[in-house]
Amino acid sequence: MASPNQRVIIVGGGLAGLGAAVRIAEEGVPVDLFSMVPVKRSHSVCAQGGINACNDVARQQGYSEWQHMDETLYGGDFLNHQPPVYEMTHWAPQIIDLLDRMGVPFNRTPEGRRDLRLFGGSLFKRTHFSGATTGQQLLYALDEQTRRQEAAGMVHKYEFWEFLWPIIEQTDDGPLCHGIVAQDMRTMEIKSFKADATVLATGGCGTIFGKSTNSVICNGAAAARAYRAGAWMGNAEFIQVHPTAIPGEDKCRLMSESARGEGGRVWVPRKKDDDRAPGDIPEDERWYFLEEKYPKYGNLVPRDIATREIFFMCQEGYGIGGGRMVYLDCTALPDETKKKLDGIFEIYEKFTGDDPREIAMRIFPSVHYTMGGLWTTYSSEEKQPVHGDKGKAVGMQLGAPDNMMTNIPGLYAFGEVNYQYHGGTRLGANALLSCIFDGIFCGPSVVNYLADRREAGNTVDKVPDTFFAEAVETEQKKVEHLVAGKGGENPYVLHEEMGNWMTDYCTVVRDDAGMKKLLEQLQTWKSRYENVSLSDTAMWTNQNLSFTRALGDMIRYAEAIVVGALARTESRGSHYRPDFPDRDDRQFQQTTIASYDAEHDRPDVRYEYIPVPMVEPRARTYGAVK
Amino acid sequence: MPDRTIQLKIKRQDDQSASPYWQTFSIPYRPNMNVISCLQYIAAHPTTADGTETTPVVWDCSCLEEVCGACTMVINGEVRQSCSALVDRLLEEDDSIKLEPMTKFPVVRDLFVDRSRLFEDLKKTQGWVPIDGLYSLGPGPWESPAKQDTRYDLSRCMSCGCCLEVCPQYTRNNNFVGAAVISQVRYFNTHPIGANNAAERLNAMMEPGGISDCGNAQNCVKVCPKDIPLTESIADVGRMTTIHSIKQFFRGE
Repeated sequence: MASPNQRVIIVGGGLAGLGAAVRIAEEGVPVDLFSMVPVKRSHSVCAQGGINACNDVARQQGYSEWQHMDETLYGGDFLNHQPPVYEMTHWAPQIIDLLDRMGVPFNRTPEGRRDLRLFGGSLFKRTHFSGATTGQQLLYALDEQTRRQEAAGMVHKYEFWEFLWPIIEQTDDGPLCHGIVAQDMRTMEIKSFKADATVLATGGCGTIFGKSTNSVICNGAAAARAYRAGAWMGNAEFIQVHPTAIPGEDKCRLMSESARGEGGRVWVPRKKDDDRAPGDIPEDERWYFLEEKYPKYGNLVPRDIATREIFFMCQEGYGIGGGRMVYLDCTALPDETKKKLDGIFEIYEKFTGDDPREIAMRIFPSVHYTMGGLWTTYSSEEKQPVHGDKGKAVGMQLGAPDNMMTNIPGLYAFGEVNYQYHGGTRLGANALLSCIFDGIFCGPSVVNYLADRREAGNTVDKVPDTFFAEAVETEQKKVEHLVAGKGGENPYVLHEEMGNWMTDYCTVVRDDAGMKKLLEQLQTWKSRYENVSLSDTAMWTNQNLSFTRALGDMIRYAEAIVVGALARTESRGSHYRPDFPDRDDRQFQQTTIASYDAEHDRPDVRYEYIPVPMVEPRARTYGAVK
Repeated sequence: MPDRTIQLKIKRQDDQSASPYWQTFSIPYRPNMNVISCLQYIAAHPTTADGTETTPVVWDCSCLEEVCGACTMVINGEVRQSCSALVDRLLEEDDSIKLEPMTKFPVVRDLFVDRSRLFEDLKKTQGWVPIDGLYSLGPGPWESPAKQDTRYDLSRCMSCGCCLEVCPQYTRNNNFVGAAVISQVRYFNTHPIGANNAAERLNAMMEPGGISDCGNAQNCVKVCPKDIPLTESIADVGRMTTIHSIKQFFRGE
């Protein structure tokens, strides 16, 4: 048992963070929960389409948890570790049950059971959904359960607090995490917080690419800070570009894969520069290029594939009006199907003025999900195969203290910031699952780790207070340094420039020359960053300071992405190199591990073998016909 | 029109106790701008229209696609999310854009307000389904599509506070919980397991600041960005409360 004095810190209040908070609190361990926004406003709220799990109907149609695992590995181009995927997909049905018990308004069949929709990377309906705002509904359910634990005194929320640094001691036995330094974003007070275990559940890094589908808080700074403090990154170069988003002035807004799952079709006019309204273009003059090339999966090929096809179409001049957009057409869907998509149709209508029920949507790919992230480990064990399993079954050991722990004992990574589960591309509707799974399955691991630490006699209460005071002082000095900066470099301009470069050279197509230029540019951004000036030096609710501080971390994260992408001379999942168009299992059936070399301010990259206990890698074609 | 600019008048306040003041910013026009992109421009170029250097305007935001509720403010006199406030449409009605913080919550700085009262009220009204923990215990209750449809509409409340801003009864000096929280009481009380705590929620609704403080102005439902049937919820919870109090009376509670 953990001692009553032991606490856990969770940074991030999305699905992973809240799932962990409730699970750990339920074990009687108090949780300090940190978030830059009220947790109800976390980025999980943006997820739209659904959450995957085998259910009884799918099972009777020939689907199984094993099949769900196989799809996830095939979709991920076999860069995923298999035991965590086995465990996640086998837990998926009970996770849906749990969410159902929490009151999530899942869409229902006429009989009152949970309905399913089709989603990318599968030929089976196995995606549970709540309209087209599933993420919002799931987040709210966990937000409610967290509020319940808060009312019971088990969870203490620190909302509008920013994680600044993990507190890590270099002991004789190696590094050990003792908590965090954080800053109140309103009063600007910087404080240290002690804990025997710290969970980072801080999400993805989309805003490194400037405009993305991510919330403004998804800047990767928390992960980058952990990385700069010694945590390893895994597969940082794997960034998902979602095929269907509405390009905007301030961000790109996601148009869910569920639009295609429910029957929406992607097309361009066969004639270049056809300037007729989409409704006036007859059927035989439309080019449904995804359906043509992938007759089996059609519009529901995995996202990286759909994204590349759309991108190349536009590059060849087939985009609408010769530009960078294609049609996503839901106009022909029956009314009851359209109703299931109201949540996203409303967004499209509000932001573009067009009603997608009447006129085809105009969409283009946008940076969307971070498959890579902080490197983590786990304990695997052989399982008794269940119905549908095809051979030896290897999953994770429930409650093993090292599940989803980083290379720094006491520091965990859950949810999108964790590099596990999705490999080279994440399948649609697997993100909500992996985030909740991390929280709920690995929560007990954190609790067991506390007990281990207590038995080992190295709990945080033995660390002298001066150690924490120094950590706070270091962060205060960084603030003073930024406030004193007089070099005149504008952090927002620098961020916009980096975002444009990263999008142009390190997203859909990654060619060698472009990335080399980008890497050079990164070095100049580092030196320009040293000359940033703040336009606000007030010590009260200073967003300018928070943004600028994060930018320095984002540049380091960006470098890990680019260095990883340059070194990986193959194409796999979302990582496409025109100079190396094939997957190279001999050399790269491996995880990229980036560790931060503080002395030279650069990432060191090495590779780690990925065991293949269950599913042998096979060619990932999705039945392409040409 | 390459040199076209638009004017943003912003009500600012340096901290909780400072006096508010107005500043005007001039922003280069681009098609499809929203209020967020204007504020982002000001963050990068914090100079007023008359050329005075100032601090960037502080505001609250996160998702920018009207699903998190963070970026709510008063725009040209109407409370709404600034992400879905499109400049072209605002300018059809007025030649400039005026931004003010919500008035029903304490200002932290500029357009950023403290809405923690809303979340505290959700705690008071037990805004959750009281499940037996996160263990594997099978599915929840079945539900008809019609009932799911009703609950889904209620469950989209993003705690933005628009309904509270326009409510004449919700003030900074009282403890009325307002339409958002009342609607959540309905949401949880209509769930078969949520209903296990219905009595506690209705008791909270009968306390000062509860349902009887509603003045039936019906402003709330008009401004809800998610079209939640708030007045229907208020009527429904009103009925539940009446029945609950009659039952209590006969039980001698």
